[in-house]
Amino acid sequence: MKRLLTLVPIVAALGVAASFTLLPVAAQTRATATNVPVIPHEAVPNFFKNPPGIYTGENMGISTDSKGNIYIYHRANETRLFQYSPLGQFVREIGRGNYGFAFAHSVRVDAQDNIWAVDEGTDMLVKFSPQGKVLMTIGRREDPIQSIGNMPGGGGYHGRNEKYRFGRETDVAFDQQGNIFVSDGYNDARVVKFDKNGRFLKAVGKRGTANLEFNTPHSIATDFQGNVYVGDRGNARVQVLDNDLNWKANYPNVGNPWAVCVSGGPGPKNPGKQYLFVSNSWQDSAPADGAAFTGEVYKMELDGTIIGKFGTAGKAVGEFATIHQMDCRDPNVIFTAEINDWRSQKIVLKPQAVATAQQENQR
Amino acid sequence: MTRTVKTVLAALAVGSATLGAQTAPADLAFDSVASLLKTPENVFVGEVAGVGANSKGQIYVYTRTGHPYATLGDNRTFYHGGSRLFQFDPTGLFVRELGQDVYGFNAAIGLRIDPQDNVWTIDEGASQVVKFDAQGRVALVLGRKPENIAVRPPAPRPPAAAAPGGAAPAGPPPGGGANSGRRPGEGTPGSTFSRPTDVAWDGAGNIYIADGLGNNNRVAKFDKDGRFIAQWGATGTGPGEFRGVKALAIDAAGNVYVADLGNKRIQVFDGDGKFKSEFGNVGTPLTMCLSRGATPHLFIAHAGDRDGMDDATIYKVKLDGTVVGKFGSAGKQAKEFGLANSIDCRNENELLVGEMTNWRVQKVSLKAGAR
Repeated sequence: MKRLLTLVPIVAALGVAASFTLLPVAAQTRATATNVPVIPHEAVPNFFKNPPGIYTGENMGISTDSKGNIYIYHRANETRLFQYSPLGQFVREIGRGNYGFAFAHSVRVDAQDNIWAVDEGTDMLVKFSPQGKVLMTIGRREDPIQSIGNMPGGGGYHGRNEKYRFGRETDVAFDQQGNIFVSDGYNDARVVKFDKNGRFLKAVGKRGTANLEFNTPHSIATDFQGNVYVGDRGNARVQVLDNDLNWKANYPNVGNPWAVCVSGGPGPKNPGKQYLFVSNSWQDSAPADGAAFTGEVYKMELDGTIIGKFGTAGKAVGEFATIHQMDCRDPNVIFTAEINDWRSQKIVLKPQAVATAQQENQR
Repeated sequence: MTRTVKTVLAALAVGSATLGAQTAPADLAFDSVASLLKTPENVFVGEVAGVGANSKGQIYVYTRTGHPYATLGDNRTFYHGGSRLFQFDPTGLFVRELGQDVYGFNAAIGLRIDPQDNVWTIDEGASQVVKFDAQGRVALVLGRKPENIAVRPPAPRPPAAAAPGGAAPAGPPPGGGANSGRRPGEGTPGSTFSRPTDVAWDGAGNIYIADGLGNNNRVAKFDKDGRFIAQWGATGTGPGEFRGVKALAIDAAGNVYVADLGNKRIQVFDGDGKFKSEFGNVGTPLTMCLSRGATPHLFIAHAGDRDGMDDATIYKVKLDGTVVGKFGSAGKQAKEFGLANSIDCRNENELLVGEMTNWRVQKVSLKAGAR
C-alpha cells in the first residue's frame, strides 16, 4: 500500500492526471506497473454462435449467471440484450423494445440471477427476472418533451447529483445484502448506493482528481466484504471504497480502468479467494500507436498487489479491441465484451504456468 | 380578507388537535396486486400514463414504451413512436394491441373509457386526444400533432454589424411550420392543444379537455362530435386560473373538477366554466377519478417529489373536498406508488392505479368498511 501511494506524485508530476479533468473521455495512459508476470491465455475461437440474421453490434456488456448462461448487452441497430447458453449458443433475446433500452453500457447478474441492464442512453437501470420480466427500474428516461431542447447529443458533465436520476450512468454492482451500487457516470461523477428496494441511501463524488472525486467512474464491482471497486477511468486509477462509500485506497498503476471485475460472482455460493481484474483497454478512438502500450488485463489481489497480466490490443483472436466489460465469476475463465470488433470472447487463463515479465521480454 | 383572518384565529383557538386532524387523514386499509399485467415475451409495458377498464372489465393501458424518435434529413422533424395502447382481460392477461403505428402515439399522458366503452388516449407529445371505438377503430381525433419540433433552441443572433447580409430575421427557428410567432404545437383558441392531459364528459356527451401542461392553462369544451363550444382559464393563481391543468372529473350534476397541479388545489366549475369553489389538502394532484354510485368519491393521487420515491399517497375525498382518508406511500414495492398518473375507479373498492416510474398497474383493494 505504501509503495502504491508513492506512485501518485509521479503520475501527477507527468501532468497526466491534471489534463484528464479537461477531457470528456479518458485519454490513454501507460500502466506504470513494472515487471508484471504474463499469464498465458487462450481464446476459444468463435465461441458465441448466432443464428442467421442475428448479429451483435458493439458488445458493451457481458455477464454470466449461476448456471453459466451468458448475457451480452450490445448496440446493434437498436440496443439489444441476448442470452447465450454456457456453450455459447444463442438462446433468446430479452427486453426488446422496452422503454429503458436505447444505448447499452453494461449488464450485471445479481445473486438471484436477475439481469440488470445499464443503459446510458435512457439514464436507467432495468432489472429483469431470469424469465425476462421487468422487476424494477431505477432512474428515469428523460421526458421526451423536455429533451427536445437538448437534441442532439447528450451534453457534458453537469454534476446534478440527484437521488433518483442518473447522468449517463455506467455500471452496477451488488453487495451480499442486496444493496445496489451504481457508477454514475459521464454527466455525474459519483457512486450511488441504493437499498435492495431501490431506495436511495447515499452518494459520493464529483468531478475531480482528489480521493472520492472521479473523472468518469466507468465500471464498478464489489467483493464479498462489501468493499466497492470503482474504475475511475479518466484518473487512471481504481478507487476502493468501503461499504458506506468511505475512501479506502487507490490503485493507480494499471492504466485506465475501463472495466473492473471481482471474481466469485455476485453471491458467496462458492466462497473462495477473490481476485480483481482490471482492463487497461485500448481506446476506441485512440491513435493506432495507443495499441502498443494498452489492451492488457491485470489480475490483482484485492489489496492491489498485481499478480499478472494478459492480452494485447488488437482484433485477432485472443487480442482485445477495447474491452468494455468483463465477467470473471470463474477467475480462470474471463468473458470479454469488446467494442471495436463487435464481439465477445471467452478467455481461458493458465495461471499455473505463469511466465515472468523477463521471459516475455526476451521473446 | 377580514373573514379569512377570523377563520385563522378561530382555527388557532380550537387548538392543535384540530389542525393535526386536518393534516393527517386516516390511513385506509388496503391490499394490492402489484404486478397485475401479464404480457407476452418481448412485449413491454413502460411508464403507465393511463389505465382504464370498460364495462366488461377489459383493461386498457396507454404506456410510454419503445422509442420516441425523430428522423434526420427530414424537412419536418417530428416525433415517431414512443407510446403504445394495449388491451388486457380482467385478470391482466394480454389480449391485443390497438393503434399500431398511428401518427399521434408519442408521449402518453392519459387514458379514459367513456360510458359507451370507447377508449380515449391523451398524448402530450402529439398534443392530441384520440377516441377509439370498442372495435378499436379511430372514431374521433381532437387536436393536431405539430408538424415540426424545434430540436434546438434558436441560436443567439449575431450582432447586426457583424452579420453578413444584414441582420438575421426574427421569428421562429428554421423549419418552424406555419404557426409563426407561436411555439410549434401551441394551442390556438379553439381546437388545438398544448400538452393536453385529460378528457372527461358530461351527461350530454360534451367533451372537456384538460389543456394542459403547456402554456394554454385552460379547459376546452367540445360537443360530442368534436365541435368547439367554449373554453376557460388562464395562467395564474386566482380563481379560474391554473398552473398546469393535469386532470378532470365531472359529477352527475355536471360540475367540473379540475386538478390544478402547480397551485396544488382542485377547482370546481359549472359546465359553462363559472367558478364555484376550490379545495386543497390533497397535495400535488397528478390524477383524479370520480367514482359512481349513490355516494361518489374523488380519488386523488398526490406526488410531492418528481420521482415518486419520497412523498406520495392517494386521497379519498368527498365531493365537497373533505378528505375521508388516504392510502399508500412512495416507493417501488407493492402498496407503494411511483408517480400514480392514472386511476380507474369504476369499482370504488377495487382501483386500478397506473404508475409512471414503476412501469406497472397495481390493483388496489380497499378493505370493506374502510372509510
